Amino acid sequence: MAEITVQEIIKPENLVYKKTPLMTDKVLSYCPGCGHGTAHRLIMEVIEEMGKENDTIGVAPVGCSVLAYEFMNVDMQEAAHGRAPALATAIKRLWPDKVVFTYQGDGDLAAIGTSETIHACNRGEQIVIVFINNGIYGMTGGQMAPTTLVGMKTSTSPYGRDVHLMGNPLKITELIAQLPGTYFVTRQAVHTPAAVRKAKRALRKAFENQVNNIPGLSFVEIVSNCNSGWKMTPVDANNWMEENMFPFYQLGDIKVDGKLVEK
Amino acid sequence: MGELRLMKGNEALAEAAIRAGVDGYFGYPITPQSEVVEYLTAEKPHERTGMVVLQAESEVASINMLYGGGATGKKVMTSSSSPGISLMQEGLSYIAGAEIPCVVVNVVRGGPGLGDIQPAQSDYFQAVKGGGHGDYRLIVLAPSSVQEMSDFVPLAFDLAFKYRNPAMIMSDGLIGQMMEKVELFDPMPRMTDDEIKEKYPWATNGKPVGGERRIITSLDLDPHRLEDHNHHLQEKYREVEENEVRYELFDCDDAEYIIVAYGSSARVCQKSIQLAREEGIKVGLLRPITLWPYPKKQIREFVDKGVKGFLSVEMSAGQMIEDIKLAVEGQARVEYFGRYGGVIPSPEEVVEAFKNKFQED
Repeated sequence: MAEITVQEIIKPENLVYKKTPLMTDKVLSYCPGCGHGTAHRLIMEVIEEMGKENDTIGVAPVGCSVLAYEFMNVDMQEAAHGRAPALATAIKRLWPDKVVFTYQGDGDLAAIGTSETIHACNRGEQIVIVFINNGIYGMTGGQMAPTTLVGMKTSTSPYGRDVHLMGNPLKITELIAQLPGTYFVTRQAVHTPAAVRKAKRALRKAFENQVNNIPGLSFVEIVSNCNSGWKMTPVDANNWMEENMFPFYQLGDIKVDGKLVEK
Repeated sequence: MGELRLMKGNEALAEAAIRAGVDGYFGYPITPQSEVVEYLTAEKPHERTGMVVLQAESEVASINMLYGGGATGKKVMTSSSSPGISLMQEGLSYIAGAEIPCVVVNVVRGGPGLGDIQPAQSDYFQAVKGGGHGDYRLIVLAPSSVQEMSDFVPLAFDLAFKYRNPAMIMSDGLIGQMMEKVELFDPMPRMTDDEIKEKYPWATNGKPVGGERRIITSLDLDPHRLEDHNHHLQEKYREVEENEVRYELFDCDDAEYIIVAYGSSARVCQKSIQLAREEGIKVGLLRPITLWPYPKKQIREFVDKGVKGFLSVEMSAGQMIEDIKLAVEGQARVEYFGRYGGVIPSPEEVVEAFKNKFQED
């Protein structure tokens, strides 16, 4: 059989999928196997499909995704650690017709930014918060996060997280779902094609809530791996995530249309 | 003639915010400035001008709301008092780094720590030397009357937008709480969204159709590029120093000595120089209106004209005196008198201190 060249593969009639123009051409700074790139792409695809490219303002956090603004081709602001929901609150209130979202990791959202997170949720700010939970501080080199599982080894819990010394992992998503200001709260993943499709549907729903002026905040958690921080190959990290993260951080909708989902 | 009213300094400032066409106020209650947010919520500025007013969950949140809102090109402001302003230092550093215009009001109270709720000027270093981390400056205006609490709001916004820099109105518990006659300026309309987009192309309020996205950030991981950015900031600060120094002189024409005082201290010292002149002492008063940029050149000119000595009168333990000394460069005597911790000096004790410091002359 004749060898197929790249030029033949990328013929227009063979293309079934292409990168959204709302992702820049900049090479992602994330480790191979990391879920951030997929999560970025899904958000940008949703913005593109909704036709909101010129009406969206995103707020990036401090953490691995501190440079999210390099990759997301919409107007972007870079917040201080944990403060993204405060920035987004003001942006949305001053420009109520715009689409406003934050993109935050677990250290940013669930440790240093707990206050901003809870109060933005409780006020029912009409924004979307996308929360990437990988149970570790990735950018600073794999330290313990508020979401680090019991017994999990990190560079600041080198013998495993001991709850007596280090406290318990925080399920902040369940916590904010209790607040009357949240309208849609869900937990997703992006480690398989099926999960990616579900996560995209959840993101679409979250952004549609905002565009349709439904009062309340939409919150999408994405449980992700951190193969570098967890010191595993990408495949092992995904397997470990399924075996260890998902039993504790169960995937699925937590609050829909302002009502808690019965489990 | 504008509308005359008898108002507290904090209320005059709040009314001025509505009239100046401010788009958003974000604040957290703290004595002695809570009247600002109280006045703004009571006045329903949303109905008067469309202005957004939000009581934030903390001063940390307030300043970050300014960062977010200011980055979209809207006029945003907050107010607080000393402990709250300390909490805002992180945000101010980001705002200065990202070059976002906004106005922050500090109605200073006694410190350090929780201190007390009485008037003080002990946040001088924090205001004029940067305050947070990194090489940056705030443009700092010091009102000494209720009238200036009103007038400095539009002035602070003009400067903040002219230089894309945070501006601070540094008042104190006395100016904030006392009532005086104030002539309110006529209301200015808020800018429309289209005007903002036209005037501030850097602002992140939705990527222009067919245009490039905008990014607001204080981050650059390349040290050479970050150094370039810092060069740019420093050049901007030199321009501010060149163009925006403001001060007021009282009885300085024949003065052999000059008292330097700002804000409430300057009000006290206006009386002090009157008392001293009744005793035949040729003393004048220089009141810095901008604390940064500081009126260094004017002070130096007085040295060159033969002024023998300067007395820094502060409601702080010798902070502003450092800037006077930097201006004087050892060419004249510079002395200090102050009360602090919330105590206001009397005009008489300033005269007494002046005589003690300079009696051998």
